[in-house]
Amino acid sequence: MSTQQLDLRHVGKVFATAAGARFAALTDVSFTVNVGEFVALVGASGCGKSTLLRLIAGLDPASSGEILVAGRPFVGPGRERAMVFQDYSLYPWLSVLDNIRFSRRLRANRALQREQASADARAQLLLQLMGLERVRDAYPNVLSGGMRQRVAIARALLNEPELLLMDEPFGALDAQTREVMHDLILHVLASERRTILFVTHDVEEAVYLADRVIVLAPDPGRIDSVWPISLPPARERTQQLKEAPEFLAAARQIRARIRATSGLQSDRVALQRLARDLR
Amino acid sequence: MSSFALWLAAWWTVTGSGLVDPLFLPSPPAVGHRFVQWISQGDLLADIRISVIRVLAGFALSAVMAVPLGLLIGAYRPVRAFCEPLLEFARYLPAVAFIPMVLLWVGIGEGSKIAVIWIGTFFQMVIMLSEDVARVPMPQIEAARTLGAAEHEIVWRVLLRSAMPAMFDTLRITWGWAWTYLVVAELVAANSGLGYAILKAQRFLQTDRIFVGIIVIGLIGLGTDQLLRWSQRRLFPWAAARS
Repeated sequence: MSTQQLDLRHVGKVFATAAGARFAALTDVSFTVNVGEFVALVGASGCGKSTLLRLIAGLDPASSGEILVAGRPFVGPGRERAMVFQDYSLYPWLSVLDNIRFSRRLRANRALQREQASADARAQLLLQLMGLERVRDAYPNVLSGGMRQRVAIARALLNEPELLLMDEPFGALDAQTREVMHDLILHVLASERRTILFVTHDVEEAVYLADRVIVLAPDPGRIDSVWPISLPPARERTQQLKEAPEFLAAARQIRARIRATSGLQSDRVALQRLARDLR
Repeated sequence: MSSFALWLAAWWTVTGSGLVDPLFLPSPPAVGHRFVQWISQGDLLADIRISVIRVLAGFALSAVMAVPLGLLIGAYRPVRAFCEPLLEFARYLPAVAFIPMVLLWVGIGEGSKIAVIWIGTFFQMVIMLSEDVARVPMPQIEAARTLGAAEHEIVWRVLLRSAMPAMFDTLRITWGWAWTYLVVAELVAANSGLGYAILKAQRFLQTDRIFVGIIVIGLIGLGTDQLLRWSQRRLFPWAAARS
């Protein structure tokens, strides 16, 4: 039994553009994620972080390389990998509870009849864990963005996936709601031991939540650097940590790295040059 | 409601002032009188009935064919690539110009009116319905895939369910067009129905009768539209918060 939940070996993805040209979105991406680990992917826009997540989810096939989940290759999506999208992924015609239970109505999961009763109990548990009990019969359209994402996370957790993939899940939320969601995620992790791969453009969010942050560089998308976060274990982190010097230092270093990979000079240098050129 | 009152008041004022020849614009009392007379002595109700039946039949035929086809076109890219050019061509075919051909093909019976309504509504309906389906947000589809949905489950459980309120709206809009084509068909090739009654009134310069026909059609349209809107709110309460 391997302790590696996810193993990427020289993964590449090439898209054909409308003009017929080929565009390399990812080249030679290799890394592993251990069981129970929380890894965040950050990087300048266009670095292919969302593309990478889609390959692991099985939504798109990789062009080269190999992706193993718990040591096994796969084709297409599978119940051991769940995904949380940024927004608009809930089913507006279903109540909160039915959204969470949606996967149970699918044929692929109906074979698991014996689990049906336990699934209801699990849905109940997730409602409780995510603070959704009061809105269990409401339609998603009447919920706030934060509440909708709680439902999306609960839905992804229903089948107890080995690997939870999150694609900028809080990207559409305001700063306050996002903080609440961060602590909620840490709280959920305390009771649900899951391996998580988390894509975000928010470096503070990545440092606060993750055990390890991977910086991707664009053109073509590749791994730039890997940053182990030596802060207290995720379950012991609190919002005060965001003001701690070691937290700020880690965030600053990673941000500087991302800026370097984006091919831009620091803002000041760029502004000075712009001012000179305009004169 | 107040907009209706305003129109009625304006109409009444203009006709009451004597500035306009009643032949060009009959007054509201004259139209009302004609309406009562047409119901009590004539065959207004029979005309309404046959017209409603024709619209229902033509519209239902269109919808029964367009809903599954629109769903398939919206769901499957190859089906779209195959059908779309033909549909885009067909929807510009003037339904009215087809009337002589329709008479040749289907004869002068009820089939010809239904065929004209079908030609006028079907192609537009398919294209609009397929766009309703194509507008279903991608994350809804991909979330279903990651949760283990098979291809047909995505079509039935996600695309159809998600697009249903928009599709219902499309049907409500095309229902109005079906009435337009009904009147066209009845003006040209019928010996009953509201359109035919209007044509007959035209021959005898009974402008008040023409007005009754037009207003009755308008009221039927307004009534059914309200009914459809009401059913939409009842059928899809979850979509209400959006508007």
